[in-house]
Amino acid sequence: MSHIRLTDAEDNIVDIANCRADFPALTQNVNGHPLVYLDSAASSQQPAIVIDTIAEYQRHDHANVHRGVHTLSHRATEAYEGARDRIRAFVNAASRREVVYTSGTTESINLVAQSFCRPTLKRGDKILITHLEHHSNIVPWQLVCEQTGAELLVAAIDQRGQVELDTLIAQLDENVKMLAMAHVSNALGTVLPVPDIIREARSRGIPVLLDGAQAVPHMPVDVQSLDCDFYAFSGHKMFGPTGMGILYGKEAHLEKMPPYQGGGDMILEVRFDGTTYNDLPYKFEAGTPNISGAVGLGAAVDYLQSLGMDRIAEYESELLAYLTGQLQTVDGIRLIGTAKQKASVQSFLLDDIHPHDLGTILDRQGVAVRTGHHCAMPVMDFYGIAGTARASLALYNNRQDVDALVDSLGRAKEIFSR
Amino acid sequence: MTSLAQTSDELQDLYRELILDHARSPRHFGKLPDATHTAEGINPLCGDKLKMYFRIDGDDRISDARFEGSGCAISVASASLLTDMVIGLHTDEALKYFSALVTRLAGVQPTDNDNAGDDINLGKLRALEGVREFPSRVKCATLAWHALNSAIQRKSQPATTE
Repeated sequence: MSHIRLTDAEDNIVDIANCRADFPALTQNVNGHPLVYLDSAASSQQPAIVIDTIAEYQRHDHANVHRGVHTLSHRATEAYEGARDRIRAFVNAASRREVVYTSGTTESINLVAQSFCRPTLKRGDKILITHLEHHSNIVPWQLVCEQTGAELLVAAIDQRGQVELDTLIAQLDENVKMLAMAHVSNALGTVLPVPDIIREARSRGIPVLLDGAQAVPHMPVDVQSLDCDFYAFSGHKMFGPTGMGILYGKEAHLEKMPPYQGGGDMILEVRFDGTTYNDLPYKFEAGTPNISGAVGLGAAVDYLQSLGMDRIAEYESELLAYLTGQLQTVDGIRLIGTAKQKASVQSFLLDDIHPHDLGTILDRQGVAVRTGHHCAMPVMDFYGIAGTARASLALYNNRQDVDALVDSLGRAKEIFSR
Repeated sequence: MTSLAQTSDELQDLYRELILDHARSPRHFGKLPDATHTAEGINPLCGDKLKMYFRIDGDDRISDARFEGSGCAISVASASLLTDMVIGLHTDEALKYFSALVTRLAGVQPTDNDNAGDDINLGKLRALEGVREFPSRVKCATLAWHALNSAIQRKSQPATTE
């Protein structure tokens, strides 16, 4: 069995594995072999509906938003704001005022560090992150700590790549002013026990930011049921365009925060003796925004909802188990990241072959994996390695992809055993 | 090896036996306590990190060379070949190898003979020529050589291939 068949709400058969045909990039040959794309954690491919929606917008509807009285400006504004409504529903934010457009997860996190934390942080305060974080959930906090004299604390992980829950909870004292952590680790695929952690933080009055870049494409996310204060994610990891991301923030926080950047669109009235800022979410959206990016992300959200995030999660969970199982049959494999709860990702090493060499050999066989430190150098340091090869799955992958990966690893062993 | 013929040829050309041999058993690996010139080579793309040590005598002759660090097979083999190659050379000659190799691998001036952009016979450095088919790996093959250049020029910043 190469895929699971599921029934959707209208009793139509929805075959997740068949959605591969919706992605034009996946039909090509690379280096003489059918492309096996196992690098969606770095950036996912886009379905034709996203590509076409963006093209249609550019061809017919483009103008600046929130400005003109003319027809195209109206159409562009409708498309841009309509996408916000659909994204709000997708993550179940309480209000569209809580859905801020950004350039990506990185900007979302920087925005919170600078606008939420920096104004009140002082010496003696602490920011808590985990050892699993992507650099984009480390460096913004280092910067704000340098600016304010606050201290950056790191919650430990175990050999399987799981956060040590008790240790983390013990670190949550009254000096911690922000807990920022991944929902899903990009390097290891660990799904963090965020409901438990958020409950503990909440009971101590500590705000929580989740880096959801690796979660949103793979599982249902409900920001109200999570009860997190901020949730950051990126369009290009969820089958949408690059340069487009979201910051969800609780309205009460966003109301109090000063603007992140100044410019057009984020103001109501500008005079030289003072400026009145615009309402949420526009207060944080200075300048002409990434309109086509928002439109494309809206289309990606529609696409994901048509498949159903529950179904996607179930399908990928089975495929990840198959991937991990098949990799374990390869002599000389070392799996990095073996948490009990995982999504989408398996990092590994093969014999003493450097991941970079492995990546080159796989690429020549049409298999695209990420190699290196995955922008998570502290994770690599924890395991005492320079990097890993990482196969990451998305809804369009199937068992044939996994089999091709395993075959190509055999070829790598041949070359390196000469 | 039939259907994969081209793929295999290119990969075997990249990972020639000499390269694999130097990657597995790097020559002159370790610190050089009495080094007069050192430089780091860092490839931020893949995390290759090499430290190169040279003892350069008063007459500008390289009397010893060592390296340490970690990297892919190509970068380690290239560093190992470098140390083999430059010991005994005048720094000017070593730099000629540097520019000849970079020229050759970047494909700036493809030539059919041993002389690549300069009056230098690359000798066993030609084992690195397989990377020309792999543009993303040229940086790996030249990392140690950029560090050599930095060390001789006495640049204080780590050399990178960026």
